[in-house]
Amino acid sequence: MTAPVLDVKDLSVTFHTREGVVTAVNEVSFAVKAGEVLGLVGESGSGKSVTGLAVLGLIDPPGLIAGGSIKLNGRELVGLPEKDLRKIRGKEVAMIFQDPMTTLNPVLRIDTQMIEAIRAHEKISEKAARARAAEALEKVGIAAPEERLKAYPNQFSGGMRQRVAIATALLNRPAVLVADEPTTALDVTIQAQILSEVQNLCAETGTALVWITHDLSVIAGLADRVAVMYAGRIVEEGSVPQVLEAPIHHYAAGLIGSVPSRNKRGVPLAQIQGMTPSLANLPPGCPFAPRCGAATDICRRVMPEATPYEGDRAARCHHPLSSPTPIAA
Amino acid sequence: MTTPSIKVAPEAAVKPADKGESLFKRHVASFFQSWSAVVGLFVLVTLVIAAFTAPWFAPQNPYDLATLSIMDNMLPPGETLDTGVVAILGTDELGRDMFSAILYGLRVSLIVGASSVLFAAMIGASVGVLAAYAGGRIETFLMRVVDLQLSFPSILVALVLLAVFGRGVDKVVIALIIVQWAYYARTVRGSALVEKRREYIEAARCLALPKSRVVFRHLLPNCLPPLIVVATVQIANAIALESTLSFLGVGVPVTEPSLGMLIANGYRYLLSGNYWISTFPGVALVIVIVAINLVGDRLRDVLNPRLSR
Amino acid sequence: MLVYLIRRIGQSLLVVAVMATLVFLAIFAVGDPVAILANPEADQRELDAITARLGLDRPMYEQFGIFVWNALQGDLGRSFVYAEPATQVILQRLPATLELAFVGLLFSILIGIPLGVIAGLKPDSFFGRSIMSTSILGFSLPNFWVGLMLILIFAVQLRWLPASGRGETVNVLGVQLALFTANGWAHLILPAITLALYKAALVIRIAQAGTRDVILQDYIRFARAKGLSYRRIVGVHVLKNMMIPVVTVLGLELGSMIAFAVVTETVFAYPGMGKLLIDSINRLDRPVIVAYLMMTVIIFVVINLVVDLLYAAIDPRVRLSEAKG
Repeated sequence: MTAPVLDVKDLSVTFHTREGVVTAVNEVSFAVKAGEVLGLVGESGSGKSVTGLAVLGLIDPPGLIAGGSIKLNGRELVGLPEKDLRKIRGKEVAMIFQDPMTTLNPVLRIDTQMIEAIRAHEKISEKAARARAAEALEKVGIAAPEERLKAYPNQFSGGMRQRVAIATALLNRPAVLVADEPTTALDVTIQAQILSEVQNLCAETGTALVWITHDLSVIAGLADRVAVMYAGRIVEEGSVPQVLEAPIHHYAAGLIGSVPSRNKRGVPLAQIQGMTPSLANLPPGCPFAPRCGAATDICRRVMPEATPYEGDRAARCHHPLSSPTPIAA
Repeated sequence: MTTPSIKVAPEAAVKPADKGESLFKRHVASFFQSWSAVVGLFVLVTLVIAAFTAPWFAPQNPYDLATLSIMDNMLPPGETLDTGVVAILGTDELGRDMFSAILYGLRVSLIVGASSVLFAAMIGASVGVLAAYAGGRIETFLMRVVDLQLSFPSILVALVLLAVFGRGVDKVVIALIIVQWAYYARTVRGSALVEKRREYIEAARCLALPKSRVVFRHLLPNCLPPLIVVATVQIANAIALESTLSFLGVGVPVTEPSLGMLIANGYRYLLSGNYWISTFPGVALVIVIVAINLVGDRLRDVLNPRLSR
Repeated sequence: MLVYLIRRIGQSLLVVAVMATLVFLAIFAVGDPVAILANPEADQRELDAITARLGLDRPMYEQFGIFVWNALQGDLGRSFVYAEPATQVILQRLPATLELAFVGLLFSILIGIPLGVIAGLKPDSFFGRSIMSTSILGFSLPNFWVGLMLILIFAVQLRWLPASGRGETVNVLGVQLALFTANGWAHLILPAITLALYKAALVIRIAQAGTRDVILQDYIRFARAKGLSYRRIVGVHVLKNMMIPVVTVLGLELGSMIAFAVVTETVFAYPGMGKLLIDSINRLDRPVIVAYLMMTVIIFVVINLVVDLLYAAIDPRVRLSEAKG
């Protein structure tokens, strides 16, 4: 069993706002191996983006990493001084964001923005850096890369800009790429293209990919493993076929059931009743209890622990659905 | 289809700023939350009262030549005049008590500043709201005029106007009005363009109210908040501009000096160490300007719905 | 880009033409042009000569033509006081004012941008807040008072810097410049600071707002995710975006800087165009006033043009949209 490239254990991120302390990420644990794709799924406000930012060390005040560990190739990132974090960012771990229209600096040329990413981490001539940038652009499917390098971002469409961002992120062949909903803002057809391109690229370079999204159907086609987040916690984790076919947690089941293609014609769309709770006002006990059909008294009082299950799965539920045997703790 | 049996009062299209009373109270309460604004307001009110009651409580009337004695001239602060009055801020080259001169000068500065702003705001607001409501070529033409006016620095325009008209308080006020109106026109036009699209204006139009009524009775009052903010701060700017013009020798005449005039007067004595003739009027000027700015800044925060601290 | 350039030049020429017409109307159509343009002590013979030269007995449009024709040749009348062509009198003093405006602009940039960026990066710190409150003073304090205070403190009390006048000049390409002598700089510092204060306060506010705005953008986050150094992020990514509104305002205000030089030059008895204007107003030397107005308009228009071109150079979006549209 190979060691994971990214190993997150009990990570907690809190925000100290005027309304009080909000725990956006609560004791989250997951691991990704080289070349593996982990899908991090959840509604808005579930804490998935914050988790991604925490891995990059980009949590700004009033937020802070309140506890837990993030190990990149065995090296602990939590507590690392900023100058060391900066050496790691863009080199061993990279991130791309949701809105391609605002990810690139509008007044700087593409080549400037790509070359600086290379030269921030190694001493290399501008010519060599430019050649690498052109090569990277070609790999993401941008034609005539040498000319396109001299262009400005607003001469590219949204899909192409996201491709540039992906190329930039992969320039230094990072061990982990965190992608925060990169295709949400794009057309469905472009989405599919980019998904498959990223998948190929990561397989080629052996980069571990953490794909953050709210869209289960993306995960189904792309990821090897999936972790479902709700109200700042991971409520279920496992391989994609396992979770999609036999979910343990009721929320995961609800998400799967509410995907439109899974519903029959003429029958009202299945949906999960209620709304995501505000992170500042979480109920005691399981945060999903108010919306769960199987909730009982214990669910409302006691927060379920993360129970490991057979087949390298885990879930937090007092009344797990379906069959897998829990592994005794 | 039956005709509606309800009679709608013709002026019911007025926007519900008629719960204006509680809104006003809320604004006032919010205003007083900032201590710097309260200090500014207090200082301002004190100065205004002092300036206008000057004839009664100033130690001396500096423009009544009979009360002046040349023997009292150039006394440093704290000395006593022939008449027994203590010149707490010294005297100038003609024996005028600086404290009294500052009070009288303050009055002129305040009057010139406030009146020019008042009239310029009225003119500018009317033009702005008309332009916004009329739209089309009228708006384009009016705004071109506004832009042209605004592209010239105010000091030059004022200088040239006064060079042509000559000195005098009324001429200064007119010059200041000409220099300022465009600024209000642009501000009000901006708000009017936004307000124009609101439902209450559409409702007023549907009621076939005459255009002038819609513009002046419905549109204009709702464009007032930003105008009030701008106008308040502009009083300080008008006072500053007037004092600059007076300093340059083209502003108010020597017989009715403003603070700027007093500063100009004392300018030539600065280098020889008789600082008080210029400095104290200068301090008074700065206090007035800063106080008005503090109040204006707070007003802007209070009247801006997006900023809530 | 070329289309943009041509269009802007056309606009500028229009403004100059409008101004020329206004000045013409003010002098020739309102009031008695002979009285305005002739020496108050001239006798009838001189008055007749002027009338003939300016063609004042001809129809209005002919007069306008003569006015424009003369103006294009640089003839805007003769100064009463200096008995020289008005244009020449002004041009002699132009270098001094331009030096002052240039150094003033330099100071406002050197003071304003760093302070504004600091205030923008750390808005809630002590520094950030005090910078913003002090900037309010920069706006509201009258120019001449600041100058007086500076004279009082630095020239009278401390005796570090001279209180008035222009320093020694050096002849560069036929123009007398004070920038190349230490003494010249000593005379420029106080007036330039006075002139720069208002502009610096403005720049601080805009730089702060711009920086605060830019720092929150996604592309800054992406730059950080790339592992770029703080210095590069602020120095390249933030600065270039933040400069756009700053350049706009600075450019528009540069013209007013030359106008406000009028006050500063008077306070510091600095022999530039501005002081000339005030003296001319006081001495009723009207041809000089006319020449000053025309000269200033032309300078304004040229400045606006240069600013627009600079703007297009910094912000590629302007260039590209103009090229398409």
